[in-house]
Order: sequence, then C-alpha cells, then structure tokens
Amino acid sequence: MSEQTLFKVTVDNITIEVPAGTTILQAARKIGGAVAPPAMCYYSKLQGSGGKCRTCLVEVSKGSEKDPRPMPKLVASCRTTVMDGMEVKNITSEKVIDARAGVVEFLLLNHPLDCPICDQAGECHLQDLSFEHGKSSTRYEFQRRTFKKHDLGKHIQLHMTRCILCYRCVFTADQLTNKRAHGILDRGDHAEIATHIEKSLDNEFIGNVIDVCPVGALTDKTFRFKNRVWFLKPMDAHRDCPTCSGRVTLWNRGDEVFRVTARKDEWGEIEDTPEGKPGWICNTCRFDKKHANDWVIEGPREISRHSVIAQGHYAGNIGTTIPTETFKAVNDGRAPHLLMDIHNESEVNLPSIHLSEIEGPSHGTTFNNKSNNA
Amino acid sequence: MGVKLLLEKANVPGIRTYDVYRREGGYATAEKALKEMSIEAIVEEVKKSGLRGRGGAGFPAGMKWSFIAKPEGVPRHLVCNADESEPGTFKDRYLMEFLPHLLIEGLLISSYALGSNDTYIYIRGEYAWVAQILEDAIVEATKNGWLGKNILGTGFDCRIHVHRGAGAYICGEETALIESLEGKRGNPRIKPPFPAIQGLWMRPTVVNNVETLAAIVPIIKLGGEEYAKIGVGRSTGTKLISACGNINKPGVYEIDMTISVEDFIYSDEYCGGIAGGKKLKACIPGGSSVPILPANLLLKTAKGETRYMNYESLSDGGFASGSMMGSGGFIILDEDQCIVKNTLTLARFYRHESCGQCSPCREGTGWMEKILQKIELGKGEMSDIDLLWDIQRKIEGNTICPLGDAAAWPVAAAIRHFRDEFEWHINNRELSQTSNFGLQHYADPIHVPA
Repeated sequence: MSEQTLFKVTVDNITIEVPAGTTILQAARKIGGAVAPPAMCYYSKLQGSGGKCRTCLVEVSKGSEKDPRPMPKLVASCRTTVMDGMEVKNITSEKVIDARAGVVEFLLLNHPLDCPICDQAGECHLQDLSFEHGKSSTRYEFQRRTFKKHDLGKHIQLHMTRCILCYRCVFTADQLTNKRAHGILDRGDHAEIATHIEKSLDNEFIGNVIDVCPVGALTDKTFRFKNRVWFLKPMDAHRDCPTCSGRVTLWNRGDEVFRVTARKDEWGEIEDTPEGKPGWICNTCRFDKKHANDWVIEGPREISRHSVIAQGHYAGNIGTTIPTETFKAVNDGRAPHLLMDIHNESEVNLPSIHLSEIEGPSHGTTFNNKSNNA
Repeated sequence: MGVKLLLEKANVPGIRTYDVYRREGGYATAEKALKEMSIEAIVEEVKKSGLRGRGGAGFPAGMKWSFIAKPEGVPRHLVCNADESEPGTFKDRYLMEFLPHLLIEGLLISSYALGSNDTYIYIRGEYAWVAQILEDAIVEATKNGWLGKNILGTGFDCRIHVHRGAGAYICGEETALIESLEGKRGNPRIKPPFPAIQGLWMRPTVVNNVETLAAIVPIIKLGGEEYAKIGVGRSTGTKLISACGNINKPGVYEIDMTISVEDFIYSDEYCGGIAGGKKLKACIPGGSSVPILPANLLLKTAKGETRYMNYESLSDGGFASGSMMGSGGFIILDEDQCIVKNTLTLARFYRHESCGQCSPCREGTGWMEKILQKIELGKGEMSDIDLLWDIQRKIEGNTICPLGDAAAWPVAAAIRHFRDEFEWHINNRELSQTSNFGLQHYADPIHVPA
C-alpha cells in the first residue's frame, strides 16, 4: 500500500489522525462514544447515502490549518470530509445540541408515537435518538400524516406512516439489485416510498432493506408481531449459503428461531465479512431457514448492556459466567436489607436456580418442576 | 429615463424573429466575441463588469465562471436556468418571450467562453409557449449559422437544447435542476462538490440565470468597464424588476439600480403609485423568498437614509431592518392586505414545493403552514407566534439547499415586523374573520395626493 496522507482532526477536543477523504462522522466514530454524532440516514455501506436527516450536524469551528476560518453554517458530518487541522464541535457546541433537538422534533412530527405497538421498538434508531436528544412532550397539535400498509412482495411490509424518508432502502435496492424497483413518489411531507404501480420486490437480496431501515417502516412479515426483540436471545450463526456470506444473527427463544438478520455493528450497520465485503444476506437465509439445525451456532452475540435488547441476557457467554456486579459489590460491601424475602412466599425466582442456565424462556413451571425434582 | 440595455429593443415590432433582430444589430456582438476575442478576454470582461447573478443569490458571475474545472477530455456544460417559479418573479419570461434571440446570443458567447458544446435551457414546464418561442428561435439561429457546427468558421460547435421542467419550484435550485435535467428526481445534491467541479453528468457545469446570460451581450458590446459604470457600487449594470401587487402599473421594468425605492413605486415611469390611491403597507422587494418590509423601513433604512433599488441598499440593516434584492420580484401590499394571510399563502407555497429530502424543511414547512392557518382562521394562541419563530429558526441554515431558508425568512420577517398584527388576529378572533388590521402604526411616511 502506498503511503496515505493522514489528516489531524479534533472532535470535541479529542484529536485523531485519519486518512484523507474520511468524513467527519467516521473520524468521530473512530473516537467513539458520545463524540460520534447520531445518524439516521447515513449508512457507510451504501454509496451516496447521508446528508438528508440532518441529525449529524456539527459545527466546524476551524476549517483547516491552511484556512482557519470557521464554516458559517452547521455541516452534515456524514458528507463533509475532514481537512488537516480541522476542529469540530459536536456535543460541546450549544448550536449543535439546539439544532439536533430541532431535527428530532421535526422527525417525530409526523411519526406516530406508538412505540408500544411498533415492531421495531427496542431496536429503533429513532427511539434511541429521541431518548437521547428529544423532549418528553410534543408541540405538534395537528393530525399526523398516515398511509395504508403495503406489502412489498411476499416477505416485506411497508408502513409509510412510520417512514422518515432516509432513502436508505432506495440506495440498498439500487446498489444490491439489478433492476431499480422502488423509489420515492411525490414530494414534501406527502412523499412516500413506493414501488412502481404496486409492483412487488422479489429480488434475492431485497430482504436487506429491512435491516437498513432505521425505523419500523419496513418489517419482516415472517417475524412481525411474533415476539419482542428483547425477549429473544441473539446468537451468531452461519451456514454454507451459495448466494451470500451466510453469516447471520439468529434471534432465538429457546430452540425456536424467530428471525434471522444480518450481523450489525455498534452503529447499527451491517458488519463486514472477514473478506472485507459488507455482509448482506440473501432472502433464503433470512426468511426460509428458521430451524436451529439449518445453522451452525457460533455463540451468543455481544449486545451492549445499555441496549434494551440486553434485558434479561447477560453479556458474554450465556450460562457459563456469572455477572460480577453483584448488589453487594456495588453497595460498598453491604448486603441488601430485605424487608421481606420473596422466596419465603413464592417458588418463582428461587435463588438456587440461575436464570442464565435455564434453556428457553422461563415460566413459573420451570421453577416448580426444578424445585419438585430437587 | 434610465439606461436600457436588455429591453432596449423589446418594443420593436417583430423583434422575436431572426430577421428583425439581426437588422437591429443583433448577433453583431456574438460575431465580435467569436471572431476577435479570446476565451480569456471574454471571461476577463465579464469579471470586470462586476455582473452579479440575477437568479437571487447575487453571486458574481465572472467569479462563478472562473471556478469551472477544466480537466482534459471532459466536456463542459453551460445550463441556463429558466425555471423561474418564484412567486412574484416573471422577468425571465418577458425576456424570453420577446427577445429570444438576445438570450441565444448571450448563450452563444457564454458557451464559447466556457467551452460548452452542448448548452441547455432548463425552462419551467408551465412556460410551454415560451419554450416553443425558444425552439423556433434556435431553429432560425441554426439555419443562419449561429448555432451548429463550426460557427462562423471558428471551429466552435454549439448546440442549444431546450428542456421543459415538470412543474417543480425546487428545480430552480442549481443542483436539483441538474438532477432533473439528467432525468432523475429533482432533489438538490449535497454540496460540495459544486457543479463547477461535478455538475451535469458529473462534468464541470455552470448554471446561470436567463437574465445573467442575456446581460453578457451588452457587457461584451460595451466592454466590462463601461458596463460597470452603470449602476452603483457593487450593483453594476441594469436589473429587470417584475413589479406586481397593488400598484397602478404592474410589469417588467429595467432599472439601472441608482433609483430610489420611493421613486420606483411612485413615479409614473415605473409602478405609478399604489392602485386606487391607497396607502403602502408593506413590500416584498425581491420575490417571495426574501424578508417582507413594512413601508417605513422600505423607503428609508433604519439609519434614516433613502433606500435605493440595488443589492447593497436593499439589504442594508441585514435581516433586522433590511431585505434582499433576490430575483427582482417586487410585490407591493397596500393597506387592505392582511400580513397573516399573505404569510400563510407563502408558507403554503413552500410546504407544497419542499422536495421532502431533508427533515427540517419537509416537516417544518408543513408545520408552519398549519399554525398560520390556525391563526388565520381565528383559532390561534399567543404561544403560536413564539412557536412559529422557533420553528423557522430551526429550519434556517440547517437544510441541504436554500429552500429551507427561503421558507423560513418570510415567516421570520412577518413576525419581526408585524408581530402586533399576529397578536391582533389572536386577540380578536371574530373580528379578524370579517375585518382587517389595516395600517395601524405602519404609517405611510409619504402622503400620496388623493
């Protein structure tokens, strides 16, 4: 490899060296943590994506070493490349925080606030975004736009009411499949994702639009409303697939495979395969292989402890490790003082039975049987 | 009587045809440019002229031309932006309708200077008959050897293609125009890269307004320095103003930018005063996107100086007490006009024309319209005014293209200057449905003879 020019860029007072041509967003993601601006429409694996949702706006307080003038407007960090000596303010800029709160409000304006009945809840980027940057109430008092639900082919359902028009699915379909099948109809706040005259999407890789959708607009009909994501245990698995990489995440409950998705990294994007290609998966893997014996299970998928999906799971190897963070440890060695020990009253949650060792979902009967056996 | 450069011959009968235009001295400038001048010399003249883009932003045209990338073996394009869709602006239509050959001559010189062998006119879809006039003029010009291959034996080829848009205001934004011209959905591109580097079909492209390109003809004819002497300061040359609203003589006027706003409105040569002997209430001086000004700030700046019809004077005081030259759509509102209703009309326009690509504009324009509708129908709350202000503040500057700003500015200016009228609407819910706020304290500083 030839020598790459490295540019020094400072995001929120943290300096990092990145190759020329890197965007501000990717530089910030390299630093990681709260420094990385949120992104709803940008998807690093899709060419031309980004710039539309405006959640990743940042302030450039110093253009570059050569031209230190600040940029007059906030810029979309996902589409602005870094210059040597650039200084960027993200969470340290009041202007950015204010603008971002505005964008969140705009995005939620016509988006239904019915997360409890939405299938995407728990893994919805808009939900995370509004939790982090939004307000608890809305100032919008008018009727929201609504659309009818549409089936895009056998396995995918489109619910435009929830769509935030990030164009990710359009780019996915354009770049993964041969024939352009769908795009945007109309403009402004009544724009909608649509196929040409109700045509179905039947390409072998079209299922990936579900993975890229940041909200619950495109959902998997083989999984819709079957289960909540946080009740499922994500497991890395693979199979020898003739069309795709076959590297997936299985979402299990007990032995039952509820759904199959591609593996996603910490930014919610599809992980690369070891060969360095994006790990898109084919429809056969996604929709048809729903038996545990179709797959070679590699082990549990690491989920951030802070994600709601981690609820009820333990990070690391499920069933073999016991979490170190006990109440005693975090409470300066003091044992919990219980007014009443529930275990004196009920069989449920007996401390002798470790939750992570139970196979499948735990029911009252699990405890009853075990205690009977014991 | 001001200097007339563009519309000088507009009243000659039959000027639309090639024969009359040629007899009146047409295409002589093109001949001079192609035969006697080098490409650099033409660009230099345009730079010297100080010509500013007439499309709205007022960016110096010579500078724009000098930015164009010139990679080897890659064709370059000139695109004429005739997608004139701003409410209140109709100067380009007049120019194209009556002087199509002037535009073609300007395009020919500019294409030669920029090295564009395929030049496009992107005309608004609704201007169907104007497109036909242009098509006819192009056929005539081609027949007479001004377009086509090896023009005047210089070895320069130039074809002009007329492309009709499909009725979208957003396609007047240069990158959306380029997308539309390529046959795609008219969504503005994210800049950079600018069209001068990657424009039409990823080739270096210059997009200029109709009036800008037509003004190239007098610039080359007179010479850049002579042209720069007309006008004042950085507002050189002449500007077409399309005046409309409650005035006696609406129409397209060519001004040399030294005239005061007061003269422009009240002199018989131009607007001829407010219709029906009424009083002036407010004015949108540069097409619907620019901030509205109340009468007292329109005729005099905040410092008490006379305001003139030029780029600097109209924007004197920034957005706090000034406005913009914009695209030259001069809209006059008399004492009977309701600012709330006017703002609602504009907000509705921007909601309808937002492309829906980026979220602040897509959602914000609709929200503003709904709130304004509520106030207009007498159902508003006092907090709605602050809410409107907050919404426009969050749209402005946070969008991909200037449509977001254009949607935010009229609302911001209306609240800034006419807040009491909004409050009156909210406090007098029933009265506001039947009567008008009128002039109140925006006293007309000038007494119009009855």
